[in-house]
Amino acid sequence: MSDDIKRNSNNAQVGIVNYGAGNIFSLTAALERQNISYEMINSPDNFDNYERIIIPGVGHAGAAMKKLQESGMIEKIKSTTKPVLGICVGMQLLTDYSEEGNAQLLGIAPLQTRHFLENLKLKVPHMGWNKVNGEFDNELFKDIQSGTYFYFVHSYFIEFNPTFTIASTEYGLKYSAALKKDNFYGVQFHPEKSGLAGEQLLKNFASIKVY
Amino acid sequence: MTTVQVAKHTSPSGGREAGSLAKRIIPCLDVKEGRTVKGVNFVDLRDAGDPVELAYQYSKQGADELVFLDITATHERRKTMVELVKAVARQVNIPFTIGGGINEIADADILLNSGADKISINSAAVRNPALINELAAAFGKQFVVVAVDTKFVNGKNLVHLNGGRIATEMETEQWIKEAEERGAGEILLTSMDHDGTKGGFDNGLLKKVNDKISIPLIASGGAGNVQHFIDVFQQTDVDAALAASVFHYGEILIPSLKEELKKHQIEVRL
Repeated sequence: MSDDIKRNSNNAQVGIVNYGAGNIFSLTAALERQNISYEMINSPDNFDNYERIIIPGVGHAGAAMKKLQESGMIEKIKSTTKPVLGICVGMQLLTDYSEEGNAQLLGIAPLQTRHFLENLKLKVPHMGWNKVNGEFDNELFKDIQSGTYFYFVHSYFIEFNPTFTIASTEYGLKYSAALKKDNFYGVQFHPEKSGLAGEQLLKNFASIKVY
Repeated sequence: MTTVQVAKHTSPSGGREAGSLAKRIIPCLDVKEGRTVKGVNFVDLRDAGDPVELAYQYSKQGADELVFLDITATHERRKTMVELVKAVARQVNIPFTIGGGINEIADADILLNSGADKISINSAAVRNPALINELAAAFGKQFVVVAVDTKFVNGKNLVHLNGGRIATEMETEQWIKEAEERGAGEILLTSMDHDGTKGGFDNGLLKKVNDKISIPLIASGGAGNVQHFIDVFQQTDVDAALAASVFHYGEILIPSLKEELKKHQIEVRL
């Protein structure tokens, strides 16, 4: 822990919540390519040192929530007023509930995470490049056109909501590709794997004004 | 509360409501001792044998995904694979799969943590089908691609091992179904009969398999010209098409391939 504090220069643009849910090599590589400085947040004690927070996440939402609880960072996340970006399962954690593992989640956005219905006869996981649509009158999607393709890999989706959905995607049904609630943002796709558009989105997040 | 809106789009064939999910074009790179094996035709290439440089060029051209097949035979295999995966993940901004010599959870774990999006298993899965279950449980099914090499023998499509050299008695469609049930997140199906012929994909078999499974299917083997890609997407509705030599030797350029696919109302990322 003392090591973490020593390493923290307070100059990193982004702190990544390091709670053990999935591999983050690709995310940190993408940040490095964009010259976005980052550090790992390994404990609630150094959560407040960062101006922007990324919550990554791959795999099972219920299991991810459990790991987040063990990290002790839930209260810090819930009470922060700094920009937060949840990616994939990290976005799903922002919702109330997931059908995956029948799990209660952070409840930051009053939304549900559901499984793609079998009667839609879709292939699951939803895997590949799909169009992301929206008004994009927010800082996260600055300089990104509606209809741009992003890379998705997921079996559960967050329902569409006219208040909180800032970008939608269609896969059998229309659902939330991105959401925003106050200072909290979430993206279902993987910006770190989404070519130039994904890199632009990461740059946008790193430049969101901190109040 | 909230309403669920059902999309109006339908796919060009197959009847699945995939909306605007793009069909994927996947160059496959054969790698040996950390170097690509097949010659590649790029004008501005500094080092034709460097898989990272190639991967970067393909990503710039609009490839949707990459597959690296490691055919290294030495004891150092794991180390070279990990180094390759890390280097690709550092420099390439599209997803990629690595296959070859993955026999246990530990192999997959280190590749995942080095930045691989997916791993592909072939012979190891046939010899030990429970490996599919174990990998899916450990890393999620989206991480597990089961590659199947098939050859038509005495009226049946049979699974072959070791790059098609060893025949099994397993029927291809049955094995693919089993792989899906065990937790495969995607199938990469290579027709040995079509591979290398440049006469087109095995659309008959691909359609049969695609209609039977509810995980993504990548078509492989037989690509020779642009029309073959149009055919495979229109006739089978597979999710992706993979090829090696037509891309490596510059016979098909990805931007013009995608333009042609789009002209034929096939959803592609441009």
